[in-house]
Amino acid sequence: MNTVVAQLQRQFQDYIVSLYQQGFLDNQFTELRNLQDEGTPDFVSEVVSLFFDDCAKLINNMSRSLEQPENVDFKQVDSGVHQLKGSSSSVGARRVKNVCISFKECCDVHNREGCLRCLQQVDYEYKMLKTKLEDLFKLEQRILQAGGTIPQVDIK
Amino acid sequence: MEVCNCIEPQWPADELLMKYQYISDFFIAIAYFSIPLELIYFVKKSAVFPYRWVLVQFGAFIVLCGATHLINLWTFTTHSRTVALVMTTAKVLTAVVSCATALMLVHIIPDLLSVKTRELFLKNKAAELDREMGLIRTQEETGRHVRMLTHEIRSTLDRHTILKTTLVELGRTLALEECALWMPTRTGLELQLSYTLRQQHPVEYTVPIQLPVISQVFGTSRAVKISPNSPVARLRPVSGKYMLGEVVAVRVPLLHLSNFQINDWPELSTKRYALMVLMLPSDSARQWHVHELELVEVVADQVAVALSHAAILEESMRARDLLMEQNVALDLARREAETAIRARNDFLAVMNHEMRTPMHAIIALSSLLQETELTPEQRLMVETILKSSNLLATLMNDVLDLSRLEDGSLQLDLGTFNLHSLFREVLNLIKPIAVVKKLPITLNLAPDLPEFVVGDEKRLMQIILNIVGNAVKFSKQGSISVTALVYKSDTRAPDFFVEPTGSHFYLRVKVKDLGAGINPQDIPKLFTKFAQTQSLATRSSGGSGLGLAISKRFVNLMEGNIWIESDGLGKGCTAIFDVKLGISNESKQSGVPKDPANNRHANFDGLKVLVMDENGVSRMVTKGLLVHIGCEVSTASTSEECLRAVSHEHKVVFMDVCMPGVENYQIALRIHEKFTKQRHQRPLLVALTGNTDKSTKDKCMSFGLDGVLLKPVSLDNMRNVLSDLLEHRVLYEAM
Repeated sequence: MNTVVAQLQRQFQDYIVSLYQQGFLDNQFTELRNLQDEGTPDFVSEVVSLFFDDCAKLINNMSRSLEQPENVDFKQVDSGVHQLKGSSSSVGARRVKNVCISFKECCDVHNREGCLRCLQQVDYEYKMLKTKLEDLFKLEQRILQAGGTIPQVDIK
Repeated sequence: MEVCNCIEPQWPADELLMKYQYISDFFIAIAYFSIPLELIYFVKKSAVFPYRWVLVQFGAFIVLCGATHLINLWTFTTHSRTVALVMTTAKVLTAVVSCATALMLVHIIPDLLSVKTRELFLKNKAAELDREMGLIRTQEETGRHVRMLTHEIRSTLDRHTILKTTLVELGRTLALEECALWMPTRTGLELQLSYTLRQQHPVEYTVPIQLPVISQVFGTSRAVKISPNSPVARLRPVSGKYMLGEVVAVRVPLLHLSNFQINDWPELSTKRYALMVLMLPSDSARQWHVHELELVEVVADQVAVALSHAAILEESMRARDLLMEQNVALDLARREAETAIRARNDFLAVMNHEMRTPMHAIIALSSLLQETELTPEQRLMVETILKSSNLLATLMNDVLDLSRLEDGSLQLDLGTFNLHSLFREVLNLIKPIAVVKKLPITLNLAPDLPEFVVGDEKRLMQIILNIVGNAVKFSKQGSISVTALVYKSDTRAPDFFVEPTGSHFYLRVKVKDLGAGINPQDIPKLFTKFAQTQSLATRSSGGSGLGLAISKRFVNLMEGNIWIESDGLGKGCTAIFDVKLGISNESKQSGVPKDPANNRHANFDGLKVLVMDENGVSRMVTKGLLVHIGCEVSTASTSEECLRAVSHEHKVVFMDVCMPGVENYQIALRIHEKFTKQRHQRPLLVALTGNTDKSTKDKCMSFGLDGVLLKPVSLDNMRNVLSDLLEHRVLYEAM
């Protein structure tokens, strides 16, 4: 039994480290995980799911704004990007955040093409992250079910 | 004794002769009988007569002789045998007694003679004793006079009275005609007639001090007889017929305070004497007697002592008066100073609040104005207004800080903090500007530099920031290096002594830049308030010139030293300061433990906070963070919601101000408004923002926010910030 748990834990550790190394996550995610304790066992998953819902909604709104080539409401796009950037940095979604930065630059110069590209990228990134995190959470559940504890991973 | 002839008378014709003999014998007999009676009588009268036995003998002898002569009366005629017998008996007895008496007298007469000599001797002795007693009495008189004189002289401590009394008493005691006192003048070259007995207003005679007679008198402590014609004795115009009485002069030493050493007897080192001249009445045949001279000498000494006492007393009275005057003046000055300080403190207290409020309004409204539609000229004007008011606000803060520093009312907030991270934080703050100016900054921390220290973290940071900021400000090119090390004894430090105790050490920080440099002559001026070196390059950098002065004050408060070295203009300069810090015993930073210790929760347990964020995700994250710390969190997603929800129960309101525009800042103003009446109940307002550049920070400050936090906030950061915030009620100093 122990070996199973240990194995799972090691798997978890490797996976999460790879996520960091690949740039999907950054320190903020670690902080989020630190906030999770016995009182709030699902904190991270709740936040993350809220984030993804938010992403979906915002991306939807922005794509609608960017649809028409004329009279693009850049203000709205800008606010959407801003929100997205804020959320992603709160959650620690590094790649998403980086895309948002370039997205904002395009928006500032009213570059519709650029914005559309960034929008696509954002969409791609968040969906990717969503999948990855879902896998991570599944791993966590398996460890807990096996009676082990989620290892604290120290990311440097 | 006559021979008694018992011969029968031959010639009866000599009956006349016989009659005469008869009468003579009779009278002899009477005389012989009466002499002893007289003797007895007179001896009885006198009480003392040592030779009674002799008297008796003598009396017997005389009586018997008288008896013989008496009996002789009967032998002239024929007499019977009885008479002859009686006569014979009488004669025999008389012979015996006479011989005895004769023998006795041999002894007695020398004795009697010697009595006479003894009597003479005793008389002489008595006369002598009488004389001596007379002398003693005179001396005793003199002594009494001296005592009385001394008493008179010493009963007063006033110099004039002393001298006057001396003269008066001496005059009386010795029955002088004139008595005068000559005092040395200030120059010491002359003697001036200061006091006389008889004349009320003596004419101001002076005589040079070098006169032989004066030297003679000054040379001895005895009273010296001087000639009545000498200049010191000529006190009044002499009329011819007077035969001047004898004159005596004596020196009166004038003792100085300085003469009285603690261990020595007073030495008459100053050799200042006054001269007392005493004149006996003219035309009297009086001479100066020895005892009178002695009296004069004694009096002169006493006068000297009395004068010195008077001088001492005068001195001490003067000193006391002076002290009293000074006391009064000091008291007045102190009261004035206190009034001034109180006035200043009142002023500061008022300034502190009343000045900031309008400043806030000006800055806030100017910022608001900036956000509206403006023509380029108007924008320029508003920017200038904003810049000026920011400058003014900074200046106010600096000045208020400095005043608090100067009057010593500022105290360090000691606490344990991480020194290494302090340096890194400073560098992080400065890095943006340095990067823009393309000035590489390097930080070197000595390996033996303690990590956790006790000191005033904020103010130390202020000092380092100021210095490094100056280095960056005044450098156009080159690199800046910041070195921190533990200071050991160094001879280069200007009068600074290191005493490394177990729990303290001295931190030395060196900031070296290769920028504009400073003229060595200007270096002293650097730390004075408001002074700036006059080169054009520095002028344009702005600043009030108070930064270094404040830093210096802080450094001094930390028992340290700060100075700047420069090789000259264009050669860069090095700013060095040392401060005393305590070494913390804790191995862990008192701030954040690595594991979520429950005691940290205790600090914020139940602390009511309000989080306002439009972004749901970050709102949730912030809430989670605060809940994890232990706070009781309410959330609001819009400003209206926030305004409705905020109450005096909330201690802190976190508001997200990431959105462009000023709507979020406005909420701060409105919260201020809501709590104008109960200022102390107003919750602390903290802005959560994505960038912490100066303009955002200024904006926040101008809208009355108490702190700015960079998003995303880490757990440690939030903890630190909250505890700092709650302790100091304001967070800006850390930036």
